[in-house]
This record gives sequence, C-alpha cells and structure tokens, in this order.
Amino acid sequence: MTSPTDVTFPSEHKVQRPRPKLERDSRGYWEALRKHQLVIQRCLECKAFRHHPRPMCPECHSLQFEWAPVSGRGTVYSYSVITQSLHPYWTDKIPYNVVLVELEEGIRIVSSLVDCPNESIHIGMPVSVVFEDVSEEISLPMFKPLRPE
Amino acid sequence: MKARALQNKAAIVGIGCTEFSRNSGRSEYQLALEAAVAACADAGISPHEIDCITLSSYQSETVDEAELINGLGIKNLSFLGSVGHGGGAPCAVVGHAALAVATGMANYALCLRALNSRSEFRYGQFDKERNKGEVEAPIPWFYAFLHPYGSFTPAHWAAFWARRHMHEFGTKPEHFGAIAVAARKHAARNPNARFYKQPITMDDYLGCRMVADPIRLFDCCLETDGACAVIVTSAERAKDLRHPPSYIRAMAQGTGGSGLFPITAFNRERLTGMEETIRMADFLFEMADLRREDIDVAELYDHFGPLVLLSIEDLGFCKRGEGGAFVEGGRIELGGELPINTHGGLVAEAYIHGFNHIVEGVRQTRGTSTAQVEGAQHVLVTSADGVPTSGLILSRS
Repeated sequence: MTSPTDVTFPSEHKVQRPRPKLERDSRGYWEALRKHQLVIQRCLECKAFRHHPRPMCPECHSLQFEWAPVSGRGTVYSYSVITQSLHPYWTDKIPYNVVLVELEEGIRIVSSLVDCPNESIHIGMPVSVVFEDVSEEISLPMFKPLRPE
Repeated sequence: MKARALQNKAAIVGIGCTEFSRNSGRSEYQLALEAAVAACADAGISPHEIDCITLSSYQSETVDEAELINGLGIKNLSFLGSVGHGGGAPCAVVGHAALAVATGMANYALCLRALNSRSEFRYGQFDKERNKGEVEAPIPWFYAFLHPYGSFTPAHWAAFWARRHMHEFGTKPEHFGAIAVAARKHAARNPNARFYKQPITMDDYLGCRMVADPIRLFDCCLETDGACAVIVTSAERAKDLRHPPSYIRAMAQGTGGSGLFPITAFNRERLTGMEETIRMADFLFEMADLRREDIDVAELYDHFGPLVLLSIEDLGFCKRGEGGAFVEGGRIELGGELPINTHGGLVAEAYIHGFNHIVEGVRQTRGTSTAQVEGAQHVLVTSADGVPTSGLILSRS
C-alpha cells in the first residue's frame, strides 16, 4: 500500500542512515565525535552539563562552555524496540532498538545498542560507547553492553 | 486571586465539525471554512459578526487568519493571535479567545483547527517536509540527536515514558489496554468517530501489533482528515444565543521547569510524569475554585493511550504510580467514576489535534454527547504535554 507520503527509491540505491546537520550551536559535539571522543556540553562557570547543546547555561546564564569529555559508560534508562520502518535505511533492519542511555555524568542521550539482541535489553543494563563512522564528517555514538549478553 | 478574574466570564456557544475520514477529498482551507460556518450556525450568528480569531501554530498548519478573512468575508478583526506548539495549544487558543471577549476586546471569537493529517502531511511518518523532500538531507536542530537512530516520531518518544512507568511502578500492558478499550467503547456509540461500532476487547488490544514497544497500534492516535471549530463569546452575550452556554470556568497553560521537547525533556529528573501538566493543573483548579472530585468527565489529550495514564496522575486524580490501578474496573468508562474521552479521543474518534476534545467537552455540558454523563456539571479538557500545554474546565452553569 502506498500513499503520497511514502518514501520510495530505485532498488539499486542504498540509502544512508540519516546524518546530523553541523550547526553552529552543536558543531563541537559532532567534531569531537569524529575523533571518537564523546563529549557533553558543560558550563565553565557553574559546571552544569546540558544536552542537547544550547548557547547559554540555563542555570547561571553564562555563555562560556566547554565540550567536556565523558567516560562513555552508563546504563540503559529506557528503551524501545521499533517494529515499523519509516525510513528506507531501516527497511531491512526492523525490529531495531532505540535506547536512552544515562551516562555516569548524569546526562541522558538517545542512541542504539549494538552487539546485543533486542530481547536482552533491560533498564539498568551497563553499557559503554562505541563509534560508528557514517560519513567523512560524522561518527555516531552507539553503545554496547559492558558485559557480553 | 488574580486568576479568578476570568471565571465564567466567557462561554463556548457554537461548535462545528466536518466529517472525519482518511481522505477528505478537499483542501484544509475548505475544511476550515466548513467547520467555521457550522460553528456559527450552531451559535446562531453570522460569520460576518466574527471579530476575533485565535489559532494554533505549528509546522503543519496551512490555514491562517488571512485565508479565513478572505473565505468568510470577515469585516474586521479587533483581536487576533496564535498559540504555538500544535497539540499543546487548543485549550489555550480557546482561553485566549475567552480573555479577548471577557475584556471587551472582541465580541465573537472563532477558534479552529483543520488538517488533512492522513491524506497529506502525516506527522507519524518520517518527516520529509523537515528535510525539504530529501530523505538523505542532513537533520537539523534537536532532531539531529534522534533521527540518526531511527527515532522519528512521537510514538518512538512516548515509548520511553511508558517503559519507565512500567519499570518504576509495575504498570502492565493491561493498564494501557484499559485506556484503549474505554476509548473504543465510547467511539462505538459516536457516529462521527472513525471507530464507530468497532469496540475492542482486552484480548484484541494485547494481540494487536507493536509499533514502538511498549506502544501498540491501538495506543496510537488516528491520523485524520477533518476540522473542528468553536465560537467563544462573553457570558453576557451567551445568554441570548441558541444553546445553553458552556462556561469557561478556568483556562491555564503550563510549561514545567526543566526543558521541553525530546532530548531536553529526556533529561528531566523523572520520565514518569509531565511537569507542565502538573503546573497547569494546579493553576487550573485554583482558578476554577474546584476540587478534583468535582470533575464529572474528562477529555484528556491522548496522542498515545499510555500517556493518558501519566496525565491522570499529573492532573491529581490519583497518586504518582497509581494510574494503573485507577484505570482498572471500568472507572474511566461511561458509568464509571471518571469517564475519560467520551467521544473516543484521538485514538478512536479522530486526530483533530485535540480540538475535538473541546467540542466533546461542550457536548457534555449541553447534555448532547453520544456517551453522555448524566448531569455532567464540570468537564476537564486538556491539550498535549511534552510541549507547552493547556487545559480548560467547562461548566454547565
């Protein structure tokens, strides 16, 4: 069944994973990731972390910040297994997981677990970051179980 | 009490809807005009008498004040404005109109929402509009932190909240199912509902396919083509019109304290409730000078059934974590202690972005719902949370 909004491609075209746009306020996050370093934006005045990136600290209103390296370790805070593909990249990948990882530093980021069957995912599961290169400019932080499942 | 200044000073006096379908076969503009004229006719006024328009604005709206002025032949607007954030807006849109007519800025306000959200722009699909038509274009804004993982739609984001509630409080799929079963039971009585005469059992619910585990198909709102409109006027003028006024007892907005939208909201202290709804409800009930138990029926924004369970807690009808027990045993069905979504809601009547909840709230105060709560005096209506939210209490007298 097709509708005017369905996305169709010639079968020989291999569709890429969606990539983030490098924008002024978040560029530093993605640039660090390209060097396989996970960073989180942190206020230089009050030291509060924030995510997603914003120009100003919502706590103390300082414009001074750093891209602070974090350990890359955390736990699964919540997750979903998605069973319907809404984008051609995932057509042959359903069901796929999306997880909300709570980093040791307290910030939660959305990612996916690799090297882990969807059935094994559970809240509280210890995970650590790995990097997937998706283009010349972009590497994405993914996570794998800290202990083999 | 600063907030009580608006209490019962304005009323909804006209309601109008198109049919709800998968393909309207006409423009959103035409749907808007049809609903507007129907609401005026219901109120017993001419569209030429409208002097105020309030709308909601989000990325998907295509009908603006200029189009309505051109289409309805409106002579002069002395008050116009928009409230942002789509599903969070409808109650505030009506509330802003109420402020305008209660203060004499205008006489008759038109509020509406028209959308072809099934046959044209589908928010539940990958958003090609955002990408200017290209599925491989780089992803801007906070979506950059979601789309690369295949986390595209509100269903995907709602799943994180629902899962967390299950984890922290032992909430079961059957609890989410009770919300879907109630909505379908009510819609089965409503000839304008997409699921008219199509009730489901708990087994049907548990057997339907997953969309974004733990969100099932029957938890999801129905992308719909259609429009709803209401007319708001002062309590004074309302007395002389055709139908018993649905008095605006209170209107409140809320945003919560620590960030909106996915990503930022995922970093709130907890994911088992919505701060903006808690703040909005406290303000709303204070303004109304009512207790939770004074509410006879609630029309709660239900883009995803499981989030209604969170709303029940956030609105103060039960304690945190007790929403699962609250929805059991038919308590939220017609005849129960607090019937919820007596039209079928977004999951079983239609997704008109929550404007249909306001229309149903008016029907309840008039006594004309297809799932009428006997003697309903006070009706609570809410709009979406996760974005700046809003709520109304509509009263019979």
